[in-house]
Formats: sequence, structure tokens, C-alpha cells
Amino acid sequence: MSIPENLKYSQDHEWIRTEEDIAYVGITDHAQSNLGDIVFIEVETVGEKLDKGDAFGNVEAVKAVEELYLPVAGEVLEFNEELEDSPDLVNKDPYGKGWLIKVKLSNPAELDDLMGSEAYSEFIQ
Amino acid sequence: MKNTPFTIFHEKLGARLESFAGYRMPIEYTGINDEHRAVRERLGVFDVSHMGEFWAKGPKAFDLVQRLTTNDVAALVNGKVQYTCFPNGKGGIVDDLLVYRMDEETYLLVVNAANIEKDWNWCAAEAKKMGLEVGKELYNASEGTAQLAIQGPLALKAMQKLTDVSIENMEFYSFAKIPFAGIDEVIFSTTGYTGAGGCEVYCDNADAEVLWKAVMDAGEEYEIKPIGLGARDTLRLEMGYCLYGNDINDETSPIEAGLGWITKFTEGNNFIDRDLFFKQKEQKPSRRLRGFIMQERGIPRQHYEIANEKGDVIGEVTSGTMSPMLKLGVGMGYINSEFAGFGSKVFIQVRNKSIPAEIVRFPFYKA
Repeated sequence: MSIPENLKYSQDHEWIRTEEDIAYVGITDHAQSNLGDIVFIEVETVGEKLDKGDAFGNVEAVKAVEELYLPVAGEVLEFNEELEDSPDLVNKDPYGKGWLIKVKLSNPAELDDLMGSEAYSEFIQ
Repeated sequence: MKNTPFTIFHEKLGARLESFAGYRMPIEYTGINDEHRAVRERLGVFDVSHMGEFWAKGPKAFDLVQRLTTNDVAALVNGKVQYTCFPNGKGGIVDDLLVYRMDEETYLLVVNAANIEKDWNWCAAEAKKMGLEVGKELYNASEGTAQLAIQGPLALKAMQKLTDVSIENMEFYSFAKIPFAGIDEVIFSTTGYTGAGGCEVYCDNADAEVLWKAVMDAGEEYEIKPIGLGARDTLRLEMGYCLYGNDINDETSPIEAGLGWITKFTEGNNFIDRDLFFKQKEQKPSRRLRGFIMQERGIPRQHYEIANEKGDVIGEVTSGTMSPMLKLGVGMGYINSEFAGFGSKVFIQVRNKSIPAEIVRFPFYKA
């Protein structure tokens, strides 16, 4: 199971990668593996300001649907359009091409509440 | 948690194993879509050893099975299999099952894994009432029986390599006791739960390892794949086959579930709940199990509400998925009869949205 060191992780199995006050959010390798084949991602919160822990969308896999929760507060700037035609990118490359949304952070200090790679690795044991 | 005799192979193949009906069962190996397509296009092998097997034997065996099941056992001949169900005495279903007729006095009943204990208690109580010796004239062979389903358009062709008996032209829903894969005797039946054709093979646990290896070897040239319970569900759903616990249960009748075709009111077939079901059939049930295809993006899931155009709730989804072949959301559920006509438009409540769907006849996918 891949858990890159340069990312932060939430207990809901989302990862976040920050560049200044902009961040990319996706689901972890562990999460995509548990979901199995992903059929589509539904994000209808672009342009909205959400709180930490708010649902920003859903991921529909063949066997189940899961809600997606924002790990930190922010404004949803963009949904990864490539996923419209290729939702399987989330299965194949969860930390790269399978990113879900781009967010403008409201309170970057919240990042400190998230887990590092080691803590997340222990969390999913 | 119990293992099947094939668990060791699933582990080696890197399957995701999860608890199902008290067994550690493979859910998927390489992915549901991939496995699903393998069965539709070529062939796949399923470990279904968790299924239960009961034997009814002796002079009262026929009467017992006739009493317990809705289908007409008198219509069954040696070497044929019948799909049927156990009514529960209150107009519901204890389980759905297959009945194999070995001879006039010997029947094999194959029941769902999750219901083995419930079914056994139910059948044993009826057997006792009818004067059969439980443990002898009715006995539970579930623990000692291994089973593989080999399904797909190339399944019989590949399996033919493992026996001298001609199996490729065997009629659908028939069986034979044959030497197979070097095993002296297996029960080989042209049954399955995928709509893709193929067979199911029963053997003793002791022969399971030999069977698995032989099946995989014989299938290799056709790219056989092991298939998990995940794809087993999408395959049966694409055909509109009921899953006990989802689409039928102790509170649904075979009449409303569209299982009228296995509920035979022939003379002499005095099964439990016959009068009740007959009345229901005459008066038309108030709800019906129907299949529907989503007309916009969305996947129906168990317990989602079904509404009419006005937004009134008219039913509930019992099973649903994204059809890997159609690439559309498909589902089934009970719908008030007045809104359940084929071609009718209904609305599936997917979270905060109301997504239109059309009621269609089964199967969703035609091979």
C-alpha cells in the first residue's frame, strides 16, 4: 500500500498536498483499494466555502458509495475534469492523476491536525 | 471464521478476503469489472463451497421435498435440477434453492450459505413431523462438500478436457455423477448464477485441491480467471436473478417476487402456503419486484426510495449496481403494482436527487 511521505492524511482516508494556500485533495491508495472499481465521482461543490469535515462529494464504486469529506476548511476551486471520462484514474493513480479537487485553504493551521505518512500507516493497520 | 478447501488458493492469488456467512470468502481478485467481463466473454471460476447441501432420502423423501418447496417435484426426472423456494408458513420465503433428483428416493437440496442453519431447522422440523429420521433420511452435508462454479461461454468447452463423458451438449439445468479431473465421482451440473452458461461441480472436501488445479489448468488456454463474490453479485444482477436477503426474504412472497414460474399449483403439489399464494395470485399482489434502468447517471443501492412522478414513495430498491456490460445503473425493487407496468417511468431517490429510471423486463443484459 503506497503512502507518500510528502502528504497529510485524514481519518476519512483523504490525502492533501499543499502549495502555499492552495491544496489538492484526493483519496488514499488504501481507500481506493477498499472501494474497488470506481465508476464515477460526483462533486457539485465547486465555488463553495466548506468547513473542515464537510462533505464535498461522493465516490461511486461498483459495490458501494462513499461520501467525500474535506480534511480542512476551504473553498473548492476546481474538480479534476479528467475524472469525468476516466474515473478509474483514482484507482490507478490515487495520489497523482487521480486527484479530486483543488481547494483554497481558509485556515492553513488546520493542516497540523492531520496525520503524517507514518501516523496514517499505523492508523490503517 | 471458517475457510473453504480453496481458501489457500485465494490467498496465493492475492484475493481480498472478507467474512461472508461465516466463511472467509474472496470478494475480488483483480477488480469486479475485469472479473465480470471475463465471465461474460470467456470463463471464470468461483469458489461456492460455502453453499449448503442437504440430502433427503428414502420412501418419504419425495413427499418431504414436495411439501417444503413451491415448485412441482413430480415434474422433476432423474438427472434434472429445479429452481424453487421454501415458503415459511406465513407467506414469506425461508430460502431459495436448487433441488437435484438423483432417483425417486434421493434428492439433493442446495441452499444459501447465510441460511444453512435456519433452513436446516426448518426442514428438520418438517421432516420430523412427516416421520423421517433426521440425520439419516434428511442430513446436512454442507461441511464436507466443496463446490466450484465454472461459468462463461467457454466454460463447458474447457471443462470437457477433464472428462470422457460428453458434457458440452448437456441440457441446461441437468446433472450427472461422472469421473472428472481424475476424481472418481463428482456431481457435474449445468447450473449457475451468472446467465453466462457453464457448470457447477460438487465434490468431497478431500478432492477439492485436485479439482481446483485441474480446472485452472484446463482453463488456462482460454484465460480462465478466478472470480470473487463482488462480480458474482453484478453478474446475477445483470440477469435479474434474486438474491436472498436482498430481493426475497421472510416477508416477500414468490408471487410478488416474480417467482410465480416456480410456484406450481398443480394437483398433488400441496406445499406449505399453497392456498395463501393461490389467493394472492388470483387477487394480484399489491406490489411487484421489478427491474429498472437508470436514465441518467446514478447508481441505485439497497434501501433507496422509489417515487412516482408526483414524488410519492411507491417502493424501495432491494439491489442495485452499475452494470459492467451496459455501463448504466440497474436495480431491482418492490414497486406498488399500479405503478409497476413495464415501460413506466419511476424516480430513484439517490441522496438529494431524484433520478429517472424505466421499468424493464429481465434480463437487463442479453448475451
